[in-house]
Amino acid sequence: MDVLLDIFGSANFWAAAIRIATPLIFGVLGALICERAGVLNLGIEGIFVAGAMAGWLAVYLGAGLWGGVLVALATGATFGLLHAVLAVILGLSQHVSGIGITLLATSLSYFTYRTALPTVTSPPRIVPFQPVSIPGLSDLPFFGPALFQQTPLTFLALAFVALVAFVLYRTPLGLAIRAVGDNPASVEAQGLSVRGLRIGAVVAGSALMALGGAFLTMSAFDAFFFGMVNGRGWICIALVVFASWQPGKALLGALLFGAFDAFQIRLQAEIGQVVPGQVFLMLPYLLSIVALVLVARRADYPRALLQPWFKGQRH
Amino acid sequence: MMDQFKLGRRAFVSALALGTAMALSGAALAQDVIKVAAVWTVPVEQQWASRLHNALVAAQERGEIEYVYSENTTATDYERVMREYAEQGVALMIGEAFAVEAPARAVAADYPEISFLMGSSLPPVEPNFATFDNFIQEPSYLTGMIAGAKTESNVIGMVGGFAIPEVNRLMNAFIAGALSVNPEAKFSISFINSWYDPPKAKEAAFAMVDAGADILYAERFGVSDAAKERGILAIGNVIDTSADYPGTILASALWDGTPMIDKAIADVKGGSFTASDYGIYAFMEYGGSSAVYDEALAGADAVAAAKAKEAEILDGSFKVEINDAEPSSTL
Repeated sequence: MDVLLDIFGSANFWAAAIRIATPLIFGVLGALICERAGVLNLGIEGIFVAGAMAGWLAVYLGAGLWGGVLVALATGATFGLLHAVLAVILGLSQHVSGIGITLLATSLSYFTYRTALPTVTSPPRIVPFQPVSIPGLSDLPFFGPALFQQTPLTFLALAFVALVAFVLYRTPLGLAIRAVGDNPASVEAQGLSVRGLRIGAVVAGSALMALGGAFLTMSAFDAFFFGMVNGRGWICIALVVFASWQPGKALLGALLFGAFDAFQIRLQAEIGQVVPGQVFLMLPYLLSIVALVLVARRADYPRALLQPWFKGQRH
Repeated sequence: MMDQFKLGRRAFVSALALGTAMALSGAALAQDVIKVAAVWTVPVEQQWASRLHNALVAAQERGEIEYVYSENTTATDYERVMREYAEQGVALMIGEAFAVEAPARAVAADYPEISFLMGSSLPPVEPNFATFDNFIQEPSYLTGMIAGAKTESNVIGMVGGFAIPEVNRLMNAFIAGALSVNPEAKFSISFINSWYDPPKAKEAAFAMVDAGADILYAERFGVSDAAKERGILAIGNVIDTSADYPGTILASALWDGTPMIDKAIADVKGGSFTASDYGIYAFMEYGGSSAVYDEALAGADAVAAAKAKEAEILDGSFKVEINDAEPSSTL
């Protein structure tokens, strides 16, 4: 029991949980925007990889860190546009198109990496985002180190949670996006473009997903490794369900997962001699499944999720 | 007329002889440059694969082999890629069978004329499937001695990829080395179940620093970054990263694939390649591994002790135990 108290009582633990959660916050927000508009985007895992590679490579080639962020956003948006063409305009299977995007984006990222850096002996490094202090807040006991000594991208992720929530619930655009995922016929009756809204949502959501990847290479670490995304995109797809497609709960879900992961790392090191390490590695995923089972019973799916829309369609 | 004919015949014979000689020497030349294929499951920058890749590139630059390779090959694709190279007719195939032990052996059985040298956790198979691994437990033991002598908190953090024999044996040797000079030392150990997730390795390392570790054993990329950020020390593994983390790397256990690769190439050329364990060429006595120290960081006494032990390893009077069991935390 003391072990648990030690872990949860440490500011570093909560700081780690937020760090681990950051890419997931970007990813889950991106997936949420797409799905709220009625489009599942399984390209997320590949878009993470593409964002991680493109952002990092841009910085490596001299674009500057924020330049890298813009490049990552543009890369994600491009893959989002491709997914939108296939899934929204052509009305193809969103599952198949998404998986295709993941395979394409992953392979293309590595191809680009190898073409740009054919003969490197170890992956080149950049100078990544450094933790920033917020005057006043960062000096608070416990909460300062836990919450307010993060890199700019973490603060950006938190800002996006507020922004997405505001747009979705407080603006006409948000109302239209939510409607297009629930009842596209009503949107068309309003004289709005169902396809235009969906394309826009998929492009914007995919751009956010790419930032999740960029966080890994430009903030959490300073180099691009093939395979370093390591399933984080898929976790976001599950977290959207957990979050019932709401930005606030999405933040909560990402933080919960981050906390589980930070917890298992510490537990593994503390009591690894009693329980095999693999059990701990399983823990975040296991707890996610449990949480999902509890929440998904009441899951409020966007009604028109996965359903393509053709102009003039009767229902 | 006669003279002319004679001359012509002589010319013909000598031309024939010359032609035969040239054809023979041509064949000998072709025999001399053998075609070597490598199938890697990771990019060639990856620490482990890079040790062998660099040795193969060097052999190619010396004109000894023609080297072709595929990187980033998934386990599901691995057998197909092996077969493609086999059909192209290579003399020696090198790769990693860890995730494809049975399929790799099946390919080898189908192509008895090709010599296979594969990283593997299982024994070699007659007649043409030889195995190897990075048996660098000797320098790992020595770096453990350095860490054991240097630690002040007596807590050493160790982050590994997967708990498989080739990782475990290095960790166990490191632990044995540290305990040999500091019986009080405790070890915090975790695995991240990935070869290539530096952010996660970094988080695991941060957790150990929070738990009091003042030296980190960097089995994976990301751990030395955590050590540098928190201003503590790290022990390198397989490759020398001390230039990337100035003032952080106490000592490193290095692997050099050159002795093994050169031996395998010579064996294939000489017709003496056998299905044996080439892993021994990673041992210090063959020059396949070494320990490097930052004496300013580690302290002259600790380095002297490690070097004395190194001499014992080299003259055979001390053997580092090979222990493949999964290590666990002793906090």
